[in-house]
Amino acid sequence: MGSFRKQGEPQVWGTAAALSITLLMVLTLLGVVMVNGLGFFWPSDTSLVTLKDGSRLLGEITSTEKATENHGKRIQFKVGNRDIYGQDFRWVDASEIRSTAYPDDAVTLERKERGNFYGFLKSLSLDRLRIPAGGTTWDDFLAARKSVDASRAKLRKSEKRMADLNSNAERLRLKVLKLSSADPVGNRAAIDSLNAKREKLLAEFNARLERLNDESAELNSHTAIFTDASGEEKEIPLTEIVRSYRPNTMGVFAKARFYAGKIRELLLDEPRESNTEGGLFPAIFGTVMMVLLMSVFSLPFGVVAAVYLREYAREGILVRLVRIAVNNLAGVPSIVYGVFGLGFFVYGIGSGIDQLFYPERLPTPTFGTGGILWASLTLALLTVPVVIVSTEEGLASVPKGLREGSLSLGATKFQTLTKVVIPMATPGIMTGLILAMARAAGEVAPLMIVGVVKLAPSLPIDGHFPFFHMDRKFMHLGFHIYDVGFQSPNVEAAKPMVFVTTLLLLAIVIAASSTAIHIRNKMKQKYTTKAF
Amino acid sequence: MQSDTPRKISDPVLEIVDLNLYYGASQALKDISLTIPRKEVTAFIGPSGCGKSTLLRCFNRMNDLLDNVRIEGSIKLDGEQITGPDVDVISLRRRVGMVFQQSNPFPKSIYENIVYGLRIAGVKDKAVLNETVEKSLRGAAIWDEVKDRLHDSALGLSGGQAQRVCIARAIAVNPEIILMDEPCSALDPIATAKIEELINELKEQYTVVIVTHNMQQAARVSDRTAFLYLGELIEFDETRKIFTNPENRHTEDYITGRFG
Repeated sequence: MGSFRKQGEPQVWGTAAALSITLLMVLTLLGVVMVNGLGFFWPSDTSLVTLKDGSRLLGEITSTEKATENHGKRIQFKVGNRDIYGQDFRWVDASEIRSTAYPDDAVTLERKERGNFYGFLKSLSLDRLRIPAGGTTWDDFLAARKSVDASRAKLRKSEKRMADLNSNAERLRLKVLKLSSADPVGNRAAIDSLNAKREKLLAEFNARLERLNDESAELNSHTAIFTDASGEEKEIPLTEIVRSYRPNTMGVFAKARFYAGKIRELLLDEPRESNTEGGLFPAIFGTVMMVLLMSVFSLPFGVVAAVYLREYAREGILVRLVRIAVNNLAGVPSIVYGVFGLGFFVYGIGSGIDQLFYPERLPTPTFGTGGILWASLTLALLTVPVVIVSTEEGLASVPKGLREGSLSLGATKFQTLTKVVIPMATPGIMTGLILAMARAAGEVAPLMIVGVVKLAPSLPIDGHFPFFHMDRKFMHLGFHIYDVGFQSPNVEAAKPMVFVTTLLLLAIVIAASSTAIHIRNKMKQKYTTKAF
Repeated sequence: MQSDTPRKISDPVLEIVDLNLYYGASQALKDISLTIPRKEVTAFIGPSGCGKSTLLRCFNRMNDLLDNVRIEGSIKLDGEQITGPDVDVISLRRRVGMVFQQSNPFPKSIYENIVYGLRIAGVKDKAVLNETVEKSLRGAAIWDEVKDRLHDSALGLSGGQAQRVCIARAIAVNPEIILMDEPCSALDPIATAKIEELINELKEQYTVVIVTHNMQQAARVSDRTAFLYLGELIEFDETRKIFTNPENRHTEDYITGRFG
């Protein structure tokens, strides 16, 4: 026992235990997120439950737990039909259930609004819509949906054209504003011609709008009539339906196809229903673009600052103070950066830019309000200390002999830095970048006040001139988690979306970090291979 | 007590007069005066901390990299003063190349290592670069060993090869003087022999000043030897004389291994 202690075994076991606990916690976190997030899209069977009092309900089982009263179980059903029942979920005591069935004709509808609908298809009301005759009501329903979706797609094209018209008209309006605020009399002719052009665009826009409204109204008149579990009828326009399926008839492959479709929607589509349904594309795009922009700002500044501190600055009180400041900056709470960003970037620089370059749009702010540029700069500020510290470490690790070798060949200090020292310090710099990206991707608090919104109408990059809209507000996965999980009116229904969003955010951070780590390892290899 | 023999040296390349060097308060070199002949090999020997490396580093101003170094006295390269703040250190270092104790190839290809000095001087002509690479590598007696892998990383070379590539890199900028700071101390005997042979060839074209710990090496490669002790130049003479008939007792004790 004595020698066991002397050899330090207990300490080894202690450290190993601490490490395993940490690993276990991380893995549990990942596991919980994965299970909850990835399971969400798998279409589960719909059960038709008859209770002892004779009433029936139709829905998916979402969870079971021990009942508090009679030692039995209680089961949570997602019964949907928010417009009829008022809420999506219902708890049922297991002892109250008389029988459970899985009818083949139970239909699940994903609707654009008001959540899922669970019921049975009764009949169709298809005004003048032509569909191939014959077949069951379900077949007809599918055919009708197909035709309605095709018409919807056409309308969407028209909507896109209208958006172009609108943005062109807006540009003309801003031009007119600019001209008239500069010199309303001298620019009379130009203003008039621009106005005429704008009128023309608006006229086309209005004509298209009218046509679009007519066509939408006609599409909306095609409906299907469903009954819910208790036999109540509900008429649902086909245009309202995003997906319709009969989960009890689906095999594993059909379900897998469905699952893939949901994942595709998640990654590539816009959100619906106050973000609790649909895709996350704008948030993914916003997060990635913000992190990249942040790197573009933070990397050069951090590297240059570190090079100055390490290579040029003479050690003294001032440099020591700067170092202390840099180290402490890394510890400042991020919300403080957010407030600073709002005051300095948004109200300070942003308003200045507006007054200089966009005076005609005032009082509507262009850069004088939160946007992706200011958010990236704020986060760059937040992460620059990390880059500085690791770059300094990278520079310090370059052997003195290499600097001397370069200088002895007649290189200036700057040439030595750019040709030998900084390339060799890149693994250190990359480490800083990895840490910075991971931190930036996860920050939410400062973003909330410098440009992140719940729902951004358009992406910061699009097909309209000048393509990069740095002034635009954007969506962010971290904020999305907060918003969907804690600010949405229907928290229970949004819960799976929170897990999915968390999973995506983690995936993005991991993907970015592993790419950077891969590059760093390649560089390390390049600069250290020494074979004898 | 100095035994400098300027009258024997007809064509001096470096003339050091009353050189004093201080690191902060402590004096590292005391009243050094010596003359280094052109196209000969001069060796500095002496026990650790005697100032031989410091003296060597005065010739290409490598001491400038250290803070609080103060130099008094004069060093002239071809009659031109090279101490003081007005000297163009960059062009001085092109004229006075250096090879270090630890071989220090850059983490680039062998080719890029050799042309480094030319590239930073702004040479872009491919033909000139290629020609220099071959000439320098041949000059450093390593052309045959690396000619097939010029574009491989220089970090893959063995210690002796890397040191010869560093010598090639130094002669690529065509200096007048090559300073060598214990170039063989990290090498095995075979690699050491190759470098020594190379030093003998180099003196056809260059002046070589070498610092060495190894007395046999000084005896083998150098024409003249300076013995330094505690920052002072004790004796400077032809190598043959130093090793067979030193005038100073200190020198004799050191050479015969009584201290050091």
